[in-house]
Amino acid sequence: MSRLGDGRRPLLLRGGRVVDPSQGLDDVRDVLLKDGRVEGMGRGLGTPDGAQVIECAGLVVTPGLIDVHVHLREPGQEHKETILTGARAAAAGGFTAVCAMPNTIPPIDDPASVGFVLAAGQRAGAARVYPLGCISVGQKGERLAEVGEMIEAGAVGITDDGHPVMDSGLMRLALEYSQVFGVPVADHPEDLGLSRGGAMNEGLVATRLGLRGKPNASEDVHILRDLIVAELTGGHIHLQHVSTRLGVEAIRRAKERGVRVTAEATPHHMLLTDEACEGYRTEAKMNPPLRSPADVEAVIAGLQDGTLDTLATDHAPHHYDEKEQAFDDAPNGIVGLETSLGLVHTHLVGKGLIDLPTMVERMSVAPARAFKLPGGTLQAGSPADVTVMDPAARWTVESKRFLSKSRNTPFEGWELVGRATLTVVGGRAVWEAPSKG
Amino acid sequence: MNRLISDLGKDLIGLEPLSADQIRMILDTAEPFKEISERRIKKVPVLRHKTIVNLFFEPSTRTRISFEFAEKRLSADTVNIQTAGSSVVKGETLVDTARNLEAMRIDMVVMRHGSSGAARFLAERIPSNVINGGDGSHEHPTQGLLDLLTIRDRLKRIEGVKVCIVGDVLHSRVARSNIYGLVKLGAEVAVCAPPTLLPFGIEELGVRVIPRIEEAIEWADVLNVLRLQLERMQGGFVPSLREYNRVYGVSSARLERAPKEILILHPGPMNRGVEIDSDVADGPHSVILDQVTNGVAVRMAVLYLLAGGAPEKAEAAKGAVEP
Repeated sequence: MSRLGDGRRPLLLRGGRVVDPSQGLDDVRDVLLKDGRVEGMGRGLGTPDGAQVIECAGLVVTPGLIDVHVHLREPGQEHKETILTGARAAAAGGFTAVCAMPNTIPPIDDPASVGFVLAAGQRAGAARVYPLGCISVGQKGERLAEVGEMIEAGAVGITDDGHPVMDSGLMRLALEYSQVFGVPVADHPEDLGLSRGGAMNEGLVATRLGLRGKPNASEDVHILRDLIVAELTGGHIHLQHVSTRLGVEAIRRAKERGVRVTAEATPHHMLLTDEACEGYRTEAKMNPPLRSPADVEAVIAGLQDGTLDTLATDHAPHHYDEKEQAFDDAPNGIVGLETSLGLVHTHLVGKGLIDLPTMVERMSVAPARAFKLPGGTLQAGSPADVTVMDPAARWTVESKRFLSKSRNTPFEGWELVGRATLTVVGGRAVWEAPSKG
Repeated sequence: MNRLISDLGKDLIGLEPLSADQIRMILDTAEPFKEISERRIKKVPVLRHKTIVNLFFEPSTRTRISFEFAEKRLSADTVNIQTAGSSVVKGETLVDTARNLEAMRIDMVVMRHGSSGAARFLAERIPSNVINGGDGSHEHPTQGLLDLLTIRDRLKRIEGVKVCIVGDVLHSRVARSNIYGLVKLGAEVAVCAPPTLLPFGIEELGVRVIPRIEEAIEWADVLNVLRLQLERMQGGFVPSLREYNRVYGVSSARLERAPKEILILHPGPMNRGVEIDSDVADGPHSVILDQVTNGVAVRMAVLYLLAGGAPEKAEAAKGAVEP
């Protein structure tokens, strides 16, 4: 799809600012990619025979970004997204790999389904697609799915995302059993009893709009439960899309105690509050809901100090018909793959809340580490998965330009600075920004 | 078709966005319309040639009939659509319903829908005037207006009057419209309900919370008693209807201990013996039937104003002149 980097010839990324927190590097370097691997790095590297050279002066070169939380909707809801369109949207957003949630129709709860997602991801030839398998058969929360077989087939973790694991006993089993295979158990923390009937955050906006709210407590209780069970079992819990002040605090303390926990922050929970739901705007309806300014502050603080170590989008495409309903009836979720980097760079890095190396740490290094994925580093010998971004590129979010099939974003019209200009997977350019204009 | 924007704007979605002056204008405009319903021939040509659809996605008798009388007495052509269905079915049809209505070139829609925000959703998608006949737990503005009119009729003022809304505020669109309207017009407003039926941060809307009905009765000039829907008991918000009546029921025994006479309002339909006892509902302080009468006048006023009628010409409009 690109005139650059077909993967057969070596690729020299010359003179970019290489930010690779995995080796504590933030300096101008040339990066040579060859045979699908990072061949080496240095200043003034010669151009090997037949290599393509990409001038990266003024650009930032990083280990490929990884989004550990996306919904690609295939199989079953291909009108919202497919593995192909999702993988391409990921590449366009600067991501070289994504973790696909298993809450498809049917759910990915056996090795054959895992194989289907993997194969479709490979066929897509864009960002790498790593499937997660279900914790429980059919995501019913009753008994463990064939975790071992799914891992063997290529799943990189397990989750019932979309459905919290309400049965603490099942969570215990999952956190015990998963240790054999060395994969994390990812959970959507929400106590369904406390959130029952809720369509948005519990707060004054919900009261005024006449919508039932989900209190912070519905998430806090479940996060604490997961942390306690993780501590009991020694298993690795990965807490998804943490949105509450107390939740962040609980994870911080658990990490201090040595609990094996990793956790996500999403761009939207750091940039928007429940006021975005004013006017019954369904593009601001998501789960967990957008919360209060104090929660936003806490999630950002969590990202800053690494309590929330991974930045993930929870990319949740929905067809426009589904979002064009009364608020109660509309589904939860927003697309995120094509806005994440720009939002984080503009509003967190640009405002001095985190620095560029921290952004790369949370968007590449830590996600790779949490799910034991290849990548997240530019060390010699690692996969040639690289993101090149132009930190000065100004652009406006226009959902009609998305490669994703869906348009459900609350960031329409936002003016951002910084975007991926080149996404390289296995030495092959899978996305190249249209010529600089 | 009349597309001019009235003094109220295009639609009536709720009382929250209205100013005190706009609310007073509606109440004042309702006054001359009251008299039409007392005539032998209860019809004036104010809305002749207007087509109005009454679109009810939830069962309603009182509100729908009240709107229909208001429309007919103003000589509008009306169509009633009453549907019921699951929330998904409702949601799916809402966009298409809007488009279909628009395609039929109607002038006004009165809509009731089970989802909060549905009226605004419709109003943003069609150029016709939309009147919210109740959306989810959000607002029921004409009910709020008729309650205001009834209080003003009886007490000759609203400012400074102490009104306590009793019951399921959490799920009540009537409560929200009452709170917005009363607070804007300077009343003192309280709510009295089990804490399980109060929404988060209700005090921020300018009301006080009175935990016990006995205290509410001691404090209030007016009680607006909300209907306790039977689903609330099934939802576990209250243990039983009997217990609710014991703890929160408005009974004559309780009212007798009030230091002053209290006006009793109820938006209907009543659960006698649950939130209100029969002797109170039928007693001397009940203005429940006045509310029903005023409902028609208030709805006539809203229809007239949204159609572009001038408030000062409402009296004359009753004769033969069209707005």
